[in-house]
Amino acid sequence: MENWARFLEVNAPRILELTIDHAILVSLALAVALLIGIPLGIYLTTNQYLADTVLQIASITLTIPSIALFGVMIPIFSLVNQGIGFVPAFVALVLYAQLPIIRNTYTGIKNVNPEMRDAAIGMGMKTRQRLLRVEIPNALPVIMAGVRTAVVMNIGIAVIAAYIGAGGLGVLITQGISRNDNYLIISGSIAVAILAIIADSILLFIQKRYTKKVVAD
Amino acid sequence: MISFNHVTKKFGENITAIDDVDFTVEEGKIVVLLGPSGCGKTTLLRMVNRLESITEGEIIINGENSKDMDPIELRRKIGYVIQSNGLFPNMTIEENVMIVPDLLGWSKKDKRERFEYLMKLSGLDAKDYGKRYPHELSGGQQQRIGVVRALAADPPVMLMDEPFGALDPIIREKIQDEFLQIQREVKKTILFVSHDIDEAIKMADKIVLLRDGKIMQFDTPSEMLAHPKQEFVSQFFGKDRAIKGLSLHTVENLREVIGLGPVDDSVQDTKTINVHQDLRNTLSMLLNQEADQVIVKDDAGENIGTITIDLVQKYLHFEIKGKVSASQEG
Amino acid sequence: MNRKKLIGNIVRYALYAVVAAFFIWAISNSYFDYIFSQSGTFLVLLRQHIVLVLVSSLLAILIAVPAGILITRPKFKRAEWIVSNIANLGQTIPSLAVLALMISFLGIGFQTAVFALFIYSILPIFRNTVAGIDSIDKNMIDAAKGMGMKPHQILFRIELPNSAYSILAGIRTAVVLNIGTAALAYVVGAGGLGVWIFTGINLFDNGFLISGAIPVTLLAIVADFILRRVEYAVVPKGSRRIEKA
Repeated sequence: MENWARFLEVNAPRILELTIDHAILVSLALAVALLIGIPLGIYLTTNQYLADTVLQIASITLTIPSIALFGVMIPIFSLVNQGIGFVPAFVALVLYAQLPIIRNTYTGIKNVNPEMRDAAIGMGMKTRQRLLRVEIPNALPVIMAGVRTAVVMNIGIAVIAAYIGAGGLGVLITQGISRNDNYLIISGSIAVAILAIIADSILLFIQKRYTKKVVAD
Repeated sequence: MISFNHVTKKFGENITAIDDVDFTVEEGKIVVLLGPSGCGKTTLLRMVNRLESITEGEIIINGENSKDMDPIELRRKIGYVIQSNGLFPNMTIEENVMIVPDLLGWSKKDKRERFEYLMKLSGLDAKDYGKRYPHELSGGQQQRIGVVRALAADPPVMLMDEPFGALDPIIREKIQDEFLQIQREVKKTILFVSHDIDEAIKMADKIVLLRDGKIMQFDTPSEMLAHPKQEFVSQFFGKDRAIKGLSLHTVENLREVIGLGPVDDSVQDTKTINVHQDLRNTLSMLLNQEADQVIVKDDAGENIGTITIDLVQKYLHFEIKGKVSASQEG
Repeated sequence: MNRKKLIGNIVRYALYAVVAAFFIWAISNSYFDYIFSQSGTFLVLLRQHIVLVLVSSLLAILIAVPAGILITRPKFKRAEWIVSNIANLGQTIPSLAVLALMISFLGIGFQTAVFALFIYSILPIFRNTVAGIDSIDKNMIDAAKGMGMKPHQILFRIELPNSAYSILAGIRTAVVLNIGTAALAYVVGAGGLGVWIFTGINLFDNGFLISGAIPVTLLAIVADFILRRVEYAVVPKGSRRIEKA
């Protein structure tokens, strides 16, 4: 216990800094993934043919191990001299994050009660109005579930990204491994777990806050 | 025969779900447990096959106290049908129907024969449906299978918990008729839960009307309609209970009491009806067809008279209202 | 309608083209050469990788499925909430950390990696087993009980066949994850194809990177494909449709 106190006294600021880096990396990737994933998911509901293709690709892409994806991205990005560092890690995180978002946006809207949709059309709502007032609010719980999956998954993947120089909490763990220092490994792991739990709780809170009134059943 | 001897069920100290219930289901008869939701009818039913425990009193099934029997053995001797049919989606229709015989270790040949017999009862083709899965059947077909599955090991006693409750009204009526047909052949002792008054009147030899776990009245449907013993009973059956009671009477009954009208050959294009049709259906036919009269045929197909709204009204007055008002005055 | 189909086709073929372009580029730069020039090493690493995944996954199935069955029995029902929450919590610990922490208990080597992969695979299988059994319609169980089925008959004839889809999906998720995590086994000195990926990162050698990463990717995709086929074959025909809904 005493050792831990000494360890934290020295390393706490660094752990905090890396946690913030980690959170920023994941948040930025999430923001971009949302900007791409939600409009794409919505568009897919109007084009079944494209939806089949995209969802199939998404399910295959999700099976690709993160370290392998980094391994493929480094050579590609080194073509533009960005082989190691923030860029390949960021692109990989965006790619992984948007898959659950696209998938859940699509299924969420597709599963909106067809009678509700008919009622909206019957009232004379335009496509855009129907989407914003009826379909998206009702699909929100499913969409948010996709966002949560994406965030928790990415917090874990970003740990591995430390190996390709993307920084974040993975740095503590990789250093701990190379220096054989359990304090670094454990503190890094706990920080990652706490970050994941906090992020998931915040998203869950937002989801409940904004969907309570809508989903009565 | 199922006898309930002062049966009581309590949840915890204070909540009494079933309160000193005492009645008997005679051999080969259908008793319907009727009442509003929360009256304890399903709990009472589930106490028979010991899915619910008994706090006080005893239930005697064909001479044996249910408490003294192994629950597994007991349940295998009792057919059980529930509202959502409870068919197992992972098994074919044949596997579903034959599950209890299978548990009892019947031979393949016996099972095969029994299955074919049961499917004949259900009106579904054994060859055609045996290898299908439940989701490939319509709701009505699934429920038919649910019923014959309960009959599979030929149990003397059947428990049915709102078995037709999830079906739409037209299919429900049809399956009720089919089930009564089957019952005429198999003559099981049946305890049947329902919240539907029309269903209870149609199916029951006797009705147990329950409220808050207590029996309000235990009587034949016609007695209960004509002589409701308490305010609650007459309220429960409603102001139109006289009309509901019409389903207990046939055109034949009416003919015996007040006679049919003459056949008027000059009227073209009239509908016909069988003499064994119940009066409630006859009345709705008269009202819906907007026909002044309907020709009554006997089983041989001969015209034996006509029936009109006036005649039904007259009969209603004599036979049913007379009894009802007599009971209210007395 | 045709325009939509056209867009769909364009996207589909554009993706094929990107994948093809990648392979042509990688081959023309001889990035796959190590697989052939050092085929002996490659086969050793591949075998190590597969053995790591197989042993740890099998152990995880043997532990997680019975544990999931046990926790859903009425006797343990109360513990379910707690155990499920611990399982969810466990899922947030990074796989790399699980591997790294095992070093301090078990030292460096193959057993350490197997144990870490085993621990990490338990969770998805356990969770899906519990979710699958819990999702079974209570009326169905009631009907089974009312017909006089014994608890073990209900388990083997009703509960397990009808939750097979969910359980197998959990196993598939675990195995696919496991293939990726096994690529990290390099850090505990257990070999596997991760050796080439990490060598590639450390030496900045595209050849090692591609020769390690592409086989791992294919392994994951093939495992996913095969296990989906197994699911389709094993799950009872009647339960399939319901689970998909």
